[in-house]
Amino acid sequence: MVESLDQLFVNLKHWALGFLPEALQPLVSAVLSIVPLVAVFGGLFAIVTIFERKGLGRIQNRYGPNRVGIPFTDIRLAGFGQFIPDGIKALIKEDVVPRAADKVVHFLAPVVLLIPVLLTYAVLPIGRNMTVVDFDAGVLFFFSVGAAVEISVFMAGWSSRNKYSLLGAMRGIAQMISYEIPLILSAVTVIMLVGSLKTSDIVAAQAGFTAGLPNWFVLTPWGFAGFVMFLIAALAESNRAPFDLPEAESELIAGYFTEYSGFKFALFFLGEYLGMFAIIGLGITLFLGGWHAPFPFLTWVPSYVWFMTKLLAIVFFFIWVRGTLPRLRMDQLMSFAWKFMIPMALINLVVAAVWHFMAGTGAARWVVCALLIAGPYVLLGRGLMENKHLGKRTYRFAD
Amino acid sequence: MLGEAIIKGMAVTAKNFFGSYVSKERLPTVQYPEERLVPKENARQFPFLVYDGDDWEKGLRCVSCQICEKECPPKCIYIIKSKDKKPDYKGQAQFYPARFDIDISVCMSCGICAEVCPFESIKMDTEFELSTGDRFGGLLLPKEKLAKSNEHYRKVHPTDAAASDAVLAAEIAKAEAKAKAAAEAKVKADAEKKPA
Repeated sequence: MVESLDQLFVNLKHWALGFLPEALQPLVSAVLSIVPLVAVFGGLFAIVTIFERKGLGRIQNRYGPNRVGIPFTDIRLAGFGQFIPDGIKALIKEDVVPRAADKVVHFLAPVVLLIPVLLTYAVLPIGRNMTVVDFDAGVLFFFSVGAAVEISVFMAGWSSRNKYSLLGAMRGIAQMISYEIPLILSAVTVIMLVGSLKTSDIVAAQAGFTAGLPNWFVLTPWGFAGFVMFLIAALAESNRAPFDLPEAESELIAGYFTEYSGFKFALFFLGEYLGMFAIIGLGITLFLGGWHAPFPFLTWVPSYVWFMTKLLAIVFFFIWVRGTLPRLRMDQLMSFAWKFMIPMALINLVVAAVWHFMAGTGAARWVVCALLIAGPYVLLGRGLMENKHLGKRTYRFAD
Repeated sequence: MLGEAIIKGMAVTAKNFFGSYVSKERLPTVQYPEERLVPKENARQFPFLVYDGDDWEKGLRCVSCQICEKECPPKCIYIIKSKDKKPDYKGQAQFYPARFDIDISVCMSCGICAEVCPFESIKMDTEFELSTGDRFGGLLLPKEKLAKSNEHYRKVHPTDAAASDAVLAAEIAKAEAKAKAAAEAKVKADAEKKPA
């Protein structure tokens, strides 16, 4: 029973494929894997926008959307129907293209954003046996395809012929390229210790429990540091607050998609959220045990439920961060990436190696690795702040 | 320096998030059409015409002096003076407005009309739900719609209404005293006339 529930979707697909002739099966199999994935994550996007607006509202002591429910009825569903009118609005709005814009590139930019983002979902293990294409270079594929997003940002910013768009694109590319390094370096630790780029191998390496706790990489010193850095870099990669400089409503209107309206704007929005889900999904796969249950007595819950729960938990954390932290300045963003994140990620690589070679020494490797991370963290943090003269601002004439 | 402040900030927002579900203090929004606040006493929206008694046409205080029409900065008041006269609250024959329109799409709610009115007849209302589908006719209020009872005025602005009532009572007392004095003078004059 538990087994069949866990493999429900896998078996359903195989059952459906059984009705088809041999020649059609690979093609239909691919379609049957892709369509539900796009539908589920598209739906998740719709729901998460509501969660985000409601969550930010509660953080700011207000309700957020709570009126729209099921259309043509009085059922309000606490506002969870809001995405329907939002979507209709985006669809029926006029699509304005600036006269000076490069029309072809302007049109292609949102498509170029969405395609690599959707491609990254191919290697995410959503559940047991539920990876669309489980191939050997999975993580590498994820990062290389994910990096194509920068092209779209640049296309959108450059083709709009708008200073805000161009500034947004400039910031966006600078930020994405800078934060891709700590993102990949923190992921490399996992790849080093697992010895495989295949996402299903990485999940399999985190199976099982020791002393009631799961064998997730986040529960090791290097894994914890790596996970924190991965989350920070993921925030920056998905252009979310506090790293939302490319969009920066208050300075750049909407950054590189200032000149987009109607459905193209919605596509940018969708692409951004799908990119965030994908990168969170990779974070879960690398550090949070993928679809594995957190406790031995919860292993009966289907694997895809665990994946989605972890995904939503991190999405809520991202919303929480967005509601808390103010936007960084461009130079702060850059110095944080290059002077703090990258050195820490490199140190973390060494720590992961030390962890690997101290296997079998018990508590000693915990102490050594924890010190190896905490020491540089404190020293780097203090050192970077040394000449900053932070504190209460004093005024020469105003006081 | 090491990210403690971020954790502190996250704690503050988390407190606000969860607090908004339990404490009214952290969620002060009034969900307007269902819940509403009692309007503040010194709130003002658009002017209305005060009348005494039950019949608005008979009790209308306005004597169509047209001061408000002349003072109104955006010129949203339109008055046509009557040809005949009718008795006012103290029985004196006065003109009345044959027509009194206020275009509330032009009115800027300054309250100058209410301040300059020497007859305590135009006052500011607190009614604000005046949206209408007809943006010309629906927002041009004739005197039938503008006339509201003194009881209504007492309800929306109790302090101002009391002051206005006192002014009117003093006016009536003065008129009565004057009438009495006139009557006495007449009696006296008659008495002086008789012996002659």
